[in-house]
Amino acid sequence: MGNAVHAEDGLRPYRIVGDAIPAPLTGEAGDPERGRAIVANRRVGMCLRCHSGPFPQERFQGTLAPPLTGAGSRWTEKQLRLRIVDAAQLNRDTIMPPYYRTDGLERVAKGFAGKPILSAEQIEDVVAFLATLKDQ
Amino acid sequence: MSGLRRGSVCLGLCLVAALTANAQTDAPSRRSGYHDMGKPLQAMQDDDMANPGMLWVGEGANLWNQRFAAADKSCADCHGAVQSMSGVAARYPAFTAGSDQPVTLEQRINLCRTQNQRADRLADGSRELMALTAVVAHQSRNQPIAPPDDPRLRPFIAAGEALYRLRQGQLNLSCAQCHDDNAGRKLAGVTIPQAHPTGYPIYRLEWQSLGSLKRRLRNCLVGMRAEPYAPDAPEYVQLELFLMDRARGLKLETPGVRP
Ligand code: HEC
Ligand code: HEC
Ligand code: HEC
Repeated sequence: MGNAVHAEDGLRPYRIVGDAIPAPLTGEAGDPERGRAIVANRRVGMCLRCHSGPFPQERFQGTLAPPLTGAGSRWTEKQLRLRIVDAAQLNRDTIMPPYYRTDGLERVAKGFAGKPILSAEQIEDVVAFLATLKDQ
Repeated sequence: MSGLRRGSVCLGLCLVAALTANAQTDAPSRRSGYHDMGKPLQAMQDDDMANPGMLWVGEGANLWNQRFAAADKSCADCHGAVQSMSGVAARYPAFTAGSDQPVTLEQRINLCRTQNQRADRLADGSRELMALTAVVAHQSRNQPIAPPDDPRLRPFIAAGEALYRLRQGQLNLSCAQCHDDNAGRKLAGVTIPQAHPTGYPIYRLEWQSLGSLKRRLRNCLVGMRAEPYAPDAPEYVQLELFLMDRARGLKLETPGVRP
């Protein structure tokens, strides 16, 4: 995995160290409340299509991936950041979409071409929210 | 910390192992999407009085007998009773006289419209085309899907399989990752079916209408945030050929009902 700087057109560069991205993409910590809304939103975060989590008001959640509950105990913020930015860096065959990558994708629909799924600010908000999901 | 690290590596490797294992076992138990629906929807499909798709079948039966000005011929004038179409839907897409490409059942019906009836081509997804396709395919209900053993089809089936396995769209997913590797699991509360084209054209509650396999495939492409193929693109025929080959032996249900 090494210690590489990733830079793509229009995206903020970041450095991977081991299995993590140590520094926030924006240079500052995100907002967990906004992060919660992004994760729960079917069109923005889309996380609950595959994951379940502590969202009692959301009736339809996924079973394609581990529950998000406890993610903040299992992983550090730095590790969570790489998992959201580009989970394929850890598991080439993952079905978890690359939330902050635009290269190496095929036949992207016109409205989404050249854009990451989430902005750098949104990634930091999601990371901040996941870090609050501790095991009870 | 190092425990967590090791966990992440194992997660990666184990998943790779699981995916490869999946690819090797050749779909152990194939099942129609019918079995992934709740009992009420299954009952709706099973009861011809409750199945909304039967409205289209009825309309199609009327169109079957209707004469058109130019040639003054109905489908029935050449083909006889619509029951003569028994088994036809189970072996499409296929090569047909005068075409160097395999054609879908809809395309074959439109060839008869334009060449034999000398009527206008029916628009893609139009009510008339869906009705005629429904009545023709309904004649094969309960018959096993039986693609023709035609060597000319092989490159088209292979092209369809390559598309099925291609990761595409902003979400970087392939059809296979959902419909082979994760079939039976829940995507936002919906059970992922194995994607067998057993019911087409289907009455889909979300559409409030009868629609083609092509329309269903466009829905999946949009969900992947991939660019849908152009309406007349050969990719849809290739995917349909691959899916029919993959579903060989499963029984047709037309008109299927789906959520
Ligand atoms: C298309 C399905 C899919 C979507 C959408 C998805 N994930 Fe994942 N995610 C997975 C899978 C599968 C894994 C299991 C590990 C792997 O395959 O890489 C995973 C792993 C994770 C993990 C590590 C799990 C653990 O605790 O061990 C976190 C955290 C995570 N995802 C968060 C998210 C967040 C936040 C979102 C939305 C912004 C999201 N995921 C969207 C499929 C998905
Ligand atoms: C003028 C006569 C004529 C009319 C009218 C006609 N057809 Fe045909 N149809 C044919 C012939 C001939 C074929 C066989 C094509 C071939 O292989 O050359 C055929 C083939 C077909 C097939 C494929 C059958 C198979 O076994 O593969 C279908 C389906 C079909 N017609 C449906 C229709 C429908 C629906 C209509 C009315 C909209 C219609 N046809 C009107 C002459 C006609
Ligand atoms: C993210 C997962 C996902 C991906 C990727 C996906 N699909 Fe689907 N597909 C679904 C779900 C979920 C349904 C059922 C939806 C429903 O019933 O509301 C479905 C339904 C279908 C059906 C209908 C099956 C039936 O019983 O009528 C077919 C066929 C199909 N998909 C084919 C494809 C093809 C081909 C691709 C690739 C171009 C594809 N799908 C990509 C999730 C996916």
